[in-house]
Amino acid sequence: MGFVGLRPLLGKDLRILGRSPAMVGLLIAYPIAIAILIGLALSSSPALPRVAFLNEIPPSQATIRLGSEKINTTRYEHELFQAIQPVPVNSEAQALADVRSGATIAALIIPPGLPEELASASQTAYVKVIYNGNAVNQSLVETAIESKLAQANALLASQLSHVADSYIDLLLTGGNLSFLGSTYDVLGLVDSRTILARVIAGLPKSSPVSARLKAVENFAQIAVSHLGGSKQVIGAVAAPIAVRQQVLSGRRTPLNNYAIAIAVAVSLMFVCVLLASGMLALEREEHTLGRLRRGLVSAGLLLTEKALLAALLGVAVSFAMLCGIGLFVPLGWGRAALWLVAMLGGGLAFAALGVAMGALVREVRAASLLALLISLPLIFLALVPNAAVAAWLFDVIRVISAIFPFKAALEALDAAINQSQPSLLVALGHLAALIVGFGALARIALRP
Amino acid sequence: MTQLVASALSKRFGARVAVSDVSFELAQGEVLAIIGPNGAGKTTLLSMLAGGLAPSSGELRGPTARGVGWVPQQTAVYSKLSVAENLRLFARLERAADPGAAVARMLEQTGLRERAGDLVGSLSGGNRQRVNIAVGLIADPAVLLLDEPSASLDPRQRSRLWEFINARVATGTSVVFATHDIAEAERYAGRLLVLADGEMLFSGTPAGLGAAEHEHDLERAFVSFLAERGH
Repeated sequence: MGFVGLRPLLGKDLRILGRSPAMVGLLIAYPIAIAILIGLALSSSPALPRVAFLNEIPPSQATIRLGSEKINTTRYEHELFQAIQPVPVNSEAQALADVRSGATIAALIIPPGLPEELASASQTAYVKVIYNGNAVNQSLVETAIESKLAQANALLASQLSHVADSYIDLLLTGGNLSFLGSTYDVLGLVDSRTILARVIAGLPKSSPVSARLKAVENFAQIAVSHLGGSKQVIGAVAAPIAVRQQVLSGRRTPLNNYAIAIAVAVSLMFVCVLLASGMLALEREEHTLGRLRRGLVSAGLLLTEKALLAALLGVAVSFAMLCGIGLFVPLGWGRAALWLVAMLGGGLAFAALGVAMGALVREVRAASLLALLISLPLIFLALVPNAAVAAWLFDVIRVISAIFPFKAALEALDAAINQSQPSLLVALGHLAALIVGFGALARIALRP
Repeated sequence: MTQLVASALSKRFGARVAVSDVSFELAQGEVLAIIGPNGAGKTTLLSMLAGGLAPSSGELRGPTARGVGWVPQQTAVYSKLSVAENLRLFARLERAADPGAAVARMLEQTGLRERAGDLVGSLSGGNRQRVNIAVGLIADPAVLLLDEPSASLDPRQRSRLWEFINARVATGTSVVFATHDIAEAERYAGRLLVLADGEMLFSGTPAGLGAAEHEHDLERAFVSFLAERGH
């Protein structure tokens, strides 16, 4: 029988699709809409949350003095304003009213006593945050403020560490100390020890004063050694933990680029699965399957035709979508051929899944419903991070993701677009196995 | 000349026996009616003769699938294609030597030339059935199989349908049709094949069935015949 009937069948299905304006409209509008949405989302800066801001510190007290260091607290305001859109208010009551009315999603209040609390360096200084609205809004502001407060704390700790350093230096090597308008000359432990050593050397060895001075000299020696080391300790406390990144298995993709791969995989899946299942179910709905299967067209040819048509249209739609995203986000166009290979592999696997579904049901509507019911959870399962669920559950999710094509298609597209791991070849091998598996399932389901 | 020979044909679906040990021959130009109550196995037998269903046992000799025209009970054409497009598609799949000529011939014979460009979905039930039959005949088959061909037709459409089929019979086409309409079987078939619960209970002329039951009315004879055999 060969592929003799392939062309007339493809022509017939294209003609039927062409006469389904809603379907064609959806196929054209869908990639355009998704491309624009993703492009705008990835290329535009996120809008900052509107937060009512009240700074109750009098301008004259904005600068605090810690030892010889002067710290301007307004510097930390600027840090914070990078994460929020501040809406200045004049009182706490107005801040509360703004939050209640929804004009702002939170209020941030800097109390007047903050500089004193900071200057005392003995108690924690507090700022006040008032939230309203839903948990997502609250989390958004909370994360933004806490992240910036952490940066401000780090800066402040660094300043405090400098102050502590200067005091230690003064204790060790001596110098001038200004206090309450007077300046004092501080000798320093190093010089004290030297003077003591000279005094001890001038005393008779049997002198009882010599032994006691020797104990003081030893103390000065120990203090010099340990105070010198404490400067490093204070420096480390100012920034106790820093991050050094190491990527283990090959290259990983930045989140924005991964989002592009996800968007393409989702579009490819919906178009291919819905088309393949729908077009095959249509043969049953029109009662033409029996007519075709009585020697005119083999089951293999019929399934190949449906899968090929769905995959080619899916690739066209997804490629158009990727081109659309490329208008907003820079893409590596030199790898376009690999994109197409990955799309074709993914498209054929999705189409194989689609024909398996189409062979199981008798109506187009049932096929579409089944396609959606199976496709949507597959997307969510493939995106579950391994630390988000129990280990045994993640193993189950991994198995499910491995026996359906979404995860493998996503990996193929990610490898093609972003050169990520696993390699394109590995992902294509996985997809090929799934094509064979779902093709066989469809063949069995199509048996008279 | 014999066109089709069925020898001990059986079809089982799991434990259920749909057709059991049916044998008959079909001569060229002969019209054979398969009658029987619901669930008798008429459609299953026709599907095996058409090549759409493989027999579980038995043998079928006759033309290949392309030499057998198949007209299923439900219209089996694409509603979003026009009449001509449907005919052209099946002419190509049947590998007709000249698909264009085959389409033109069937449009002419079925009287659908004026409606050639109309989508099948926009046609009346009668015209859709004509397209259904035209597709079955597009490859000019030696044997035509029809499953309840007049079930959805009004008397005038039914009469026109049989005029058309008889014209084909006159050219040597053999016809097997399944029907619930005993009068239609008596009027158009030269031979009856009575099936019940998958078993072939009678094979002979309509007059032969009436004589066996001593009844002039074939419908009453048929009911009586089945009742005597526990159906």
